[in-house]
Amino acid sequence: MKKTSWTWVVSGLALAVLVVASASSSCAKKPKLARTGDVTQSAIATYVAPGDLDQYYLFYSGGHSGNVYVAGVPSMRHIATIPVFTPYPGTGYGFDKESKEMLGGFTWGDTHHPALSETNGDYDGRWLFINDNANNRVARIDLRDFKTKEILGPIANVSGNHGSTFVTPNTEYILAGSRFSIPLPKGTYAPIEQYGTQYKGVVSGISVDPKTGHMTVGWQIVMPPFNYDLGDAGKGRSNGWAFWTSYNTERATGKLEVTASQKDRDYIAAVNWKVAEQAIKDGKYKTMGGMKVIDPRDVPGVVYLVPCAKSPHGVDVTPDGKYFIGSGKLQAIVTAFSFDKMLKAIQDKAFTGNEDGIPVLNYDAVKEAEVNVGLGPLHTQFDDKGFAYTSLFVESAVAKWKLGTWEVLDKVPVSYNVGHLTAPHGDTVNPRGGWVISLNKLSHGRHISVGPSQPESSQLIDVAGDKMKLVYDAFTEPEPHYAQIIDTKLLKPIEIYTANENKHPGAIWDVKDAKVERQGNHVIVHMSAVRSNFEPNKLELNQGDLVTIYLTNIEQTTDELHGFSLNEYNINVVIDPGETKVIEFVANKSGVFPFYCTNFCSALHQEMQGYVLVKGRGGVAAASKGKAKTPVAVAGLGQ
Amino acid sequence: MSSISTTGSVPTTRAPALSPVSRPGWLERTNLLFQLPLTMRTRVVVVIAAVLLAIAVLLPLWHMTLYSNQYTDGLNLYIYTHKLVGGAVQGDRDDLKEINTLNHYIGMHPLQSEDFHEFKWMPLALGILVLLALRAVVLGRMSNLVDVTVAMGWFGMFSLWSFYSKLYAYGHNLDPDAPVKVAPFTPPMLGSKQLANFTVFNYPALGSYFILLVLLLLLAGIVLTARQRQWELQ
Repeated sequence: MKKTSWTWVVSGLALAVLVVASASSSCAKKPKLARTGDVTQSAIATYVAPGDLDQYYLFYSGGHSGNVYVAGVPSMRHIATIPVFTPYPGTGYGFDKESKEMLGGFTWGDTHHPALSETNGDYDGRWLFINDNANNRVARIDLRDFKTKEILGPIANVSGNHGSTFVTPNTEYILAGSRFSIPLPKGTYAPIEQYGTQYKGVVSGISVDPKTGHMTVGWQIVMPPFNYDLGDAGKGRSNGWAFWTSYNTERATGKLEVTASQKDRDYIAAVNWKVAEQAIKDGKYKTMGGMKVIDPRDVPGVVYLVPCAKSPHGVDVTPDGKYFIGSGKLQAIVTAFSFDKMLKAIQDKAFTGNEDGIPVLNYDAVKEAEVNVGLGPLHTQFDDKGFAYTSLFVESAVAKWKLGTWEVLDKVPVSYNVGHLTAPHGDTVNPRGGWVISLNKLSHGRHISVGPSQPESSQLIDVAGDKMKLVYDAFTEPEPHYAQIIDTKLLKPIEIYTANENKHPGAIWDVKDAKVERQGNHVIVHMSAVRSNFEPNKLELNQGDLVTIYLTNIEQTTDELHGFSLNEYNINVVIDPGETKVIEFVANKSGVFPFYCTNFCSALHQEMQGYVLVKGRGGVAAASKGKAKTPVAVAGLGQ
Repeated sequence: MSSISTTGSVPTTRAPALSPVSRPGWLERTNLLFQLPLTMRTRVVVVIAAVLLAIAVLLPLWHMTLYSNQYTDGLNLYIYTHKLVGGAVQGDRDDLKEINTLNHYIGMHPLQSEDFHEFKWMPLALGILVLLALRAVVLGRMSNLVDVTVAMGWFGMFSLWSFYSKLYAYGHNLDPDAPVKVAPFTPPMLGSKQLANFTVFNYPALGSYFILLVLLLLLAGIVLTARQRQWELQ
C-alpha cells in the first residue's frame, strides 16, 4: 500500500513538473510579435496584383556576395540581381572579355552602401554607385540597362573602403574612405606598435564626369589612424561639406572591441570638399601612390573633428541640410549637430585640441540636441513630414522622432537586430515618406527553415500614420547593408539594344555575315545568335589556338536572351537582345566540345547548339604548325 | 446622264453643236458629257483629292497585328506604298524582325522590302494619278476627270489583287525543310484568323481610307459638274 501511494505521489509530481515545463516552454517560444495592425489592411497595402507594378525600386547592397539586388516596393519582391564585384553566370557577368577585365582578377567584393546619383540633392535615376569594402573599389551601374559599367580601383591609399559611396548633391563626388588605417603608401611596412604614428587613414572624393559618369579620384586627405566608418554629403545649406564618422580614435590595436571602446566620445570628420577641390587646383598637395593627397596641416579649413558619442556609426544629414545626426552606437542617444553652430564654432575657434594638426571642435558648441532614441542607434532616415527614423541594433527596434522638437514619438520592434534602414528618397532633400524598410542582420528562423545558414530579413514598415505598422517580412541573400529606394517614374530603362546603339566593332546583324577567320593560330569568329541557332555552329580548331568570338544576339524583341556555354571550358556568356560580347579562350584541350544556348529561348532551344572541334597537337601538319606559333598572352585553363 | 437626255431646249450659245430641234442620240449625249467643262466646285474637290492622294503615299495602307499569349500588346506590321515597317508599341522593339524570326520556324520566306515589286511601282503610280488629277483640274474637261477616276479604280483593284497574291504566296511557298510543318494558308486580308498560337488581324490603314476617299471625291467631282450643267441647261 505504502509503496503504491509513493508511486502516485511521484507520478503526480512528475506530471505537474511536465505541465509547468511545457507551459513555460511554449510561452518562451512564442516570439514577441511586432505590431502588424489589421492583417487585411497590411495585405492590401503590400499586395501588387499580377500584371501590376510596384511604386518604387529598392536597390539593396548584397554585402559579401558582391552583388546588388533589385526589389519592388511595396511588394518586396526580388526582381533582379545586378552582379558587380563577383562573376555571375546567371547573366554571364565575369565570363566575357570586357567584364572579366573590369573585375581585374578579383572574384568577389563586399558591397555596402549603394548611392543613387543626384541632381539638386534628389535622385535623378541615372546611375547607382556601390562600394567594395574589401578591395577598395567603387563601381558604377548604369540604370539605363541595369549593368555594371565601370569599376574604379583598388583605389590607391584607401584601405577598407567602407565610408562610401555617398554622393554630393549634384554627384560632383562620391565619397570613399579608409576603414582600416595602414602605413602609406600601400606596400609600406611599419610594425603594429607604431600604429599611432606611422599608420594613416584617408578620406577621398571620387569625381564623376557629369556626362559619362566616368570616375576618377578627385582628392584625398590623409587623416589620423582612426577607423573611418560611414559618411554622408552635406546638402542645402551644408552643401560643400562631407561627413565621416570614426571610431578607434584611441589609436588602439589588438582586441579593438575593448581597446577601441575606451573613450566616451569619438569624432565625426567634417570635410570642406570645396576647399579640398581648390587646394588640388592650387597645387597644395603631395603625390602619394599616384594620388593627389592633401595634408590637413598644409590646408587649414579643409577638415575639422566634431566629437560624437561613443563609437559612432552612421552620420546622416537632414533633408534641409541644417543638422547632421550622429549615432553613437554604444550609447542610447543620437546627437543632432547644427551645421550653423559648427560654422560658428569654427569661426570662434571653439577648439578643444587637435589630432595630428586637425582642430577638434567643442562638442557643446556644435551640439543642437541629444535624442534618447534607445539602445544601439546606427542609422537615421527621413520622411516628408519632418520625422526621422533611427535604427536601434541592440534594442531591435526602429524609433520615430521629430526633427526640431527632438522628441521620440513611437517605436516598433523588428526581427531582429536592425542595421541600416531605408526610406523612399530618405537621404535626399525631398524624402517621399510612407515607408521605412528595416534591414535586419538576423532573422532567427522567422521563415521556413533552411538550415543553419539563415537569410537576412527586411521588414516593410508603414509609416504613413502616427503609429508605425510592420506590414511585411522579406528575406534576402547575404547580406544587405544599406539600400536606397527610388520612385519608378525616374527610371526609363531600355529593353533591347538597338542595332543603332550597338557600336561594337565585332557586331554582326545578319546570319549571312557570320564568319570564321584564321590569322596564324588566332581564330576570329563573328557569331550570331537568334532563335534557335548559332551561326557558325561548328568551329574547327587546332590545339593551342587563341579563339576570339564576337557573339551578337541579333534579336530585336524584348526578353529574347541567349546564352553561350562551352562545355568543360568554364565559359558561360549571356547576351541580351542586340548585345555583343567577346569570348576569348585558348583551345588547350583537344577533342570535341559542344556549345549550347544556356538561357532558355524558344521551342527549339535544345537544338540551339554546335561543336568546337579541336585537333590534337600530334594530329595533322596544320596543328603542329599552329603549335609553333602558340601565343602565351591569354590565361586559359591549365590542362 | 439621263438628266441630260431630259433637257428640253439647249441655248445655242452654250452648245452650238446640238440642233435645237432634234433630240440628240446616246452617243452624242455621251460626247457632250465628256466635253463638259468642269465647274469650279468640281475643280476644288479634285484638287483636294490630289492632295489627299499625295499624302496617302506617306501613310500605311494596311495594318497587320499578331496577338498571342507572349505578345499581349501585339506584333505590328504596317504596309506602306514603299516599305514595310515593324511597329514598336513600346521601346525600340523591331516587330518586323520578330515576325520574320517567328515565321522562319514554319519556313516562310522573310518579309523584306526588297522583295516587294509593289514598292517600286506603287509610289510611281500614285504620283502619276496625282498629276493626272491636277491635269484634269487645269485642262478642265470632264473627259480628263473620267480618265483619272477610271485609272484610280483600276489602280485600287490591281493593288488589292497584288496584295492578296502576295499574302497567298507567302503562306503557300513554305520551305519544305522547315522545323515546324504547317498546312499552306493565306493570311487574312480583311478580318482576323487564328494561325497556330497567333490571332492575326489584318485591316486597311489610314492610307487605304485616304485612297478610298480620293476615289469617292473624284466620283463626286464628276457628279457635281454633271448636275451643275444639267441645271444650267434647264
